[in-house]
Amino acid sequence: MLLAILVILPFVLGGAAFLCRTGPSGRGLLVAGAGAHLILSVAAVFGRPDALFGGILLLDALGGLFLLLTSILFAAAAVYAVGYLAKEHADERRDFQEGAFFSNAPQTVFIACLFFFLGSMTLVTATHHLGLLWAAIEATTLASAPLIYFHRHHRSLEAAWKYLVICSVGIALALVGNILLAAAGGSGAPDTESSLYLGDLLAGAKTMNPMWFKAGFVFLMVGYGAKMGLAPMHTWLPDAHSESPSLVSALLSGALLNCAFLGILRAHQIGVAAGLADFCSPIFIGLGLFSMVTAAAFIIGQGDFKRILAYSSVEHMGILSLAMGLGGAAVFGGMLHAAAHSVTKAMLFLLAGNILAAFHTKSSHDARGVIRAMPVTGILWVAGFLAITGSPPFGIFLSELTILKAALDSGRFVLAAAYLGLLGLIFCGMAVPVLRMAQGPPTPHIAPGPRGEDALSVGPPLVLGGLTLVLGLYVPSFFSDLLTRAAALAAGM
Amino acid sequence: MDMISLAHAAVVPVILANLALLASSRLVTCIRLVALQGAVISVTPLIFESGPLTVHTAVLCAVALGLKGVVFPQLLHRTLRRVVVRHEIEPYLGYPLSILLGILGLLASLWLAGRLGVPAASYRSFAAAFATILTGLLLIVTRKKAFTQVMGYLAAENGIFLLTAVLAPGGPLFIELAILLDVFVAVFVMGIAIHHINRQFDCIDTDRFCSLKD
Repeated sequence: MLLAILVILPFVLGGAAFLCRTGPSGRGLLVAGAGAHLILSVAAVFGRPDALFGGILLLDALGGLFLLLTSILFAAAAVYAVGYLAKEHADERRDFQEGAFFSNAPQTVFIACLFFFLGSMTLVTATHHLGLLWAAIEATTLASAPLIYFHRHHRSLEAAWKYLVICSVGIALALVGNILLAAAGGSGAPDTESSLYLGDLLAGAKTMNPMWFKAGFVFLMVGYGAKMGLAPMHTWLPDAHSESPSLVSALLSGALLNCAFLGILRAHQIGVAAGLADFCSPIFIGLGLFSMVTAAAFIIGQGDFKRILAYSSVEHMGILSLAMGLGGAAVFGGMLHAAAHSVTKAMLFLLAGNILAAFHTKSSHDARGVIRAMPVTGILWVAGFLAITGSPPFGIFLSELTILKAALDSGRFVLAAAYLGLLGLIFCGMAVPVLRMAQGPPTPHIAPGPRGEDALSVGPPLVLGGLTLVLGLYVPSFFSDLLTRAAALAAGM
Repeated sequence: MDMISLAHAAVVPVILANLALLASSRLVTCIRLVALQGAVISVTPLIFESGPLTVHTAVLCAVALGLKGVVFPQLLHRTLRRVVVRHEIEPYLGYPLSILLGILGLLASLWLAGRLGVPAASYRSFAAAFATILTGLLLIVTRKKAFTQVMGYLAAENGIFLLTAVLAPGGPLFIELAILLDVFVAVFVMGIAIHHINRQFDCIDTDRFCSLKD
C-alpha cells in the first residue's frame, strides 16, 4: 500500500492546491506535502515494501536511490519556495533584463504543477513496467513545462517551447525504442501482455533477438538521452534552466535528469542480461565524453551564471554516462555521483536564485561582491563551486575519483587522461566567473542593501551543502548499502 | 482481398502522404494530409491482428480514428483561423530537397527493415512506418512555423502508431500508449503552447525564438 500512497499522494495534493485560494495556505500545503512525501519515501526505500498490482509498482534499490534523491530535493525546494513565492509580486512588473512588462502564472497553478511533477517522478522511480515508466517520463514533461513558463515573458516561453519540442521528440523516439525492445523480447513469450515488465524482459533476455534489442537500445538512448541532457540532444537544457525560477531549475537538474537516466539504466539492465553489454558500453562512453566536451566548450567564457550551472549539468550527465560505459567499480562511482551531483547542483541553483533576487542580473560580470553583500550565500556559493568541480572533501571528489580509478584499472589510459583534462578545463572555466562574483566590493547601484538573508533562502542550500560534505567525508553504512545494491542492479549483476 | 495485400494497399497512401507533406506549403493541405494518413493508419491494427478480432482492439482503433481523423483536424483548423497564417514561408530547407531526403528516408527504412529481418508479410508496412517517423522528424527540424512543426510531430506519431500495429509486440498495450502520446500533443503542444506563442509574438514563427543562445 505504501507505494500506492506514495505515488497517488502528490497528485491528490496537486488537485488540492487548486482549492487553496490564499497564498499562505497554498505554500503551507506545499511544505506539508513535501514533508509527508519525504517521510513516506524514506519508509519505502528502507522498508522495502512488497510489489503492488502484479509488479506494476515495485521499488528496487535503483529506483529507491532516485526516489530518495527526488524527495529530498523536493523538500528543500518546497521550503525555499515559501520564501520565494511570498516575495514574488502577483501583478505586472518590469523585466529587469529587457524592461518589458510581464506577470507570473498564478501561484495555485505553480504549486499544483510542482506536485504533479513530483508525482510523475515518483512513478518513474517506483515502476518496473517499461510502458508505465515511459508514460511517467512523458508526464514529467507535461507537468514541468508550465513551471518553466512561470514568469510569463517571451524568453521563458521560448525556453518552454524548446523544452517541449525536443523532449516530445525524445519521448516519441523512446516509444519506438520500447516497441522495438518489446518486439525483441516478445518472440519467446506467448503471454504478450506481460512482455514489458522488467522482470520478464530480464528473464527472457537470453533468448532475445539481439538485432532488435540493439535498435531499441539506440532509440531509447537517444530518446531518454534528450531528456537527460546528453549532448548533442541537450540544447533545451541551458535555456530551460536559465529561464525557469531557480527552485524549478534545481528540481530539473537534480531530480528530473536522474529520472531520465533511470529509463536508460533499465534498458542497460536488459542489455547486460542479454549479454550485449559490449554493444551498450561504447555508446555510453561516446555520448558521455561528447557531453563533457560540449559542456567544457560552453562553460569557458560563459557570462550567465545560471547557464554555467546548466552546462555543468550536461557535464555531470556525461560523467554518469561514462561511468556506465566503463562498468565494474565505476558503476558504484556513478551511483554516488548521481547522488552527490543532485544535492550539490540543487544547492547551487537555489543560491543562484538568491543572488539573482538580490542583484537583479544573471551576468557574472555585474553581480560582484556576493560574499560581502550576502555572507552566507556567498560562502556557500564558493563551497558549492568547489564541490561541483570535484574538489575534496566533497562527495563529487570521491565519486569522480572512483570513476577515474575504474578507468585506470581497466587500462583505458587515453580515456582517463581525456576525462581528467576535461574536468580540469571545466574547473578553470567555472572558477573564473564564480570567484569573480564572490570577491571584491559589491557592485555599486546593483548590490542589495544590508537587509540580511532570511532563513528560508539560505536554510535549504545549507542543508544540501551539508549533505554533499557528508557524502565526501563519510558515507553512512545504510546509504552505502543502498548505493551498492543500486550499483549491482544498474551493472546488471 | 487477403490481409497481406490489404496491408500492402494501406501502405501506398501513407507513403504518398509523406511525400506530399514534404512538398506542400499550404497549411490547410498539410492538416488534410496528416488527417488522411492518420485515418488510414488508425485502422491498420485491424488488418494486422493475427487472432480473432477483440472488442478491445476495435474500440482502440475507433478512438484513434476519432482523434486522428476528426478531433485533431478540427482543432487545427480552429487554431489556424485564430492565428492568421496560411503558408509555411521560407522553410530552412527547400521543398525539392525535402522530398529528396524523404525518399532517402524511405530507402533507409527499407534497409533497416531488411537488416532487422522483418518477416515478408509486414516488411513494407514496417518500412512505411519508419519512413513516416523520419518524415515527421524532418518536418520538425526544417520548418519555421510552430504550426508546421506540430504537423511534423503528428506525422511522426502516425508512423509510431503504424509501427505498433505492424509489430504488435504488447498486444493492445502499445496502441494505448500511442494514443496517450496523441492526447499529450493535443492537449499541450497544440492548444496551449501555440496559443501562448501567438499572444506573445503576434505570430507563430519559431525563428523569432532567437534570444536564448550562447
